[in-house]
Amino acid sequence: MRSLSTVDLIAFLHGFQWTLVLVALSFFFGGLLGLVLALLRTSPFLPLRLFAALILQIVQGVPLLALLMFFYFGMPVFLGVEVPSLAAVTVAFSIYSGVFLGEIWRGGIQAVKFTQWEAGASLGLSRYEQFRFIIAPQALKISLPATVGFLVQLIKGTSLAAVVGFVELTRAGQIAAAATFQQIFVYSIVAAVYFAICFPLTTWSRSLEARLNGTG
Amino acid sequence: MQNLNFQQVLRYREEFIDGLLATLQMTGISAFFGLLIGVLGAVLLTRGPKPVRILLKSYIEIIRNTPPLIQLFIIFFIFPSIGVRLSPFPAACVALSIYFGAYAIEIIRSGLNSIPKSQIEAGECLGLTSFEVFRFVILPPALRNIYPSLTSQLVLLLLGTSVASQIAATELFHTATFVESRTFRSFEVYALISAIYVVVVVSSRVMFAAIGALAFRWPVRR
Repeated sequence: MRSLSTVDLIAFLHGFQWTLVLVALSFFFGGLLGLVLALLRTSPFLPLRLFAALILQIVQGVPLLALLMFFYFGMPVFLGVEVPSLAAVTVAFSIYSGVFLGEIWRGGIQAVKFTQWEAGASLGLSRYEQFRFIIAPQALKISLPATVGFLVQLIKGTSLAAVVGFVELTRAGQIAAAATFQQIFVYSIVAAVYFAICFPLTTWSRSLEARLNGTG
Repeated sequence: MQNLNFQQVLRYREEFIDGLLATLQMTGISAFFGLLIGVLGAVLLTRGPKPVRILLKSYIEIIRNTPPLIQLFIIFFIFPSIGVRLSPFPAACVALSIYFGAYAIEIIRSGLNSIPKSQIEAGECLGLTSFEVFRFVILPPALRNIYPSLTSQLVLLLLGTSVASQIAATELFHTATFVESRTFRSFEVYALISAIYVVVVVSSRVMFAAIGALAFRWPVRR
């Protein structure tokens, strides 16, 4: 047993870096997946819509912790080779983000009136051009508050990567707590760091939403 | 693909069933106390004195902007430091009630706020007492408005109970780690419990939707 020292603070900073890396990677790949899922869910073809709905039901029906374990132990099984833990963890969080972002953006796309698609069509735009120039900008604006809100969920969710031994902020906290036995103090610091990141985002999301309701 | 072997894992089916029951029990207990916090908190947040409102608001913001896993750790370690011996299962229930309560307050408050003032005034004009106004004018449409978000938050609570395994509270996810340590069939174990969660969650969503469709046909039709 030892007391909390600057070494621990440096370890927190190091862990925090990996939290940010994990959030950035999962948000990027999750965003790509989410775009695909949102387009599938709003596609005119019923089988594609059903397929996307099925994926959504499955992923949203599993706890994030189980999703994480599934891919952590599953990636080597699927691929037949050992994968670095960052890769396995990123895959799990990207799929989690993809499904939620897909659902948020589907809502955004559907909130844009259908006549806007028709207006684009009557201007002679292709379906891709209608989406790219008419629908997507409006849908993005509508779904921005919820997207920022989800980012908070994702940041909080990455704390679960600690369970598979990935050293991010929570895991750095667990290590320091085990060494010092000052669990409440250490975890309060860790909670304060998460709060310092998430609270401004929550506030921003709320002000975006208020602005949207005011002008919309 | 390596060889998958579900045989060994399925030998523990009784443990999985016990784990599932414990998960449902934990969800039920936390939902009950969380709803209690939600109703009280929503009333105090709209009617209470200013210091209480500020306290409640900071409670909501702190819970909503920190990971449940960390909340669980802090609450689990708080009990021994104040001299209370509490085993993991009740400690997890306390943490999850506090967690669910923060979301429930916001949902219930927005439901109460969604009733237009003019309707409440209309009720008063008809000579209803303030209890009658609440019972007949505010409550039925407010319940209908909050039902979808409250039930989906309940499903999230059910999924959230899995983090309780991290303080060794026995529930479904903890069963998985137990069986994994006995069989070393990690992937099979987590594939199986993922499937159990999906079945439980999808069927409870269907159940909630059915109850909602039956309960809210009357008195106001959409």
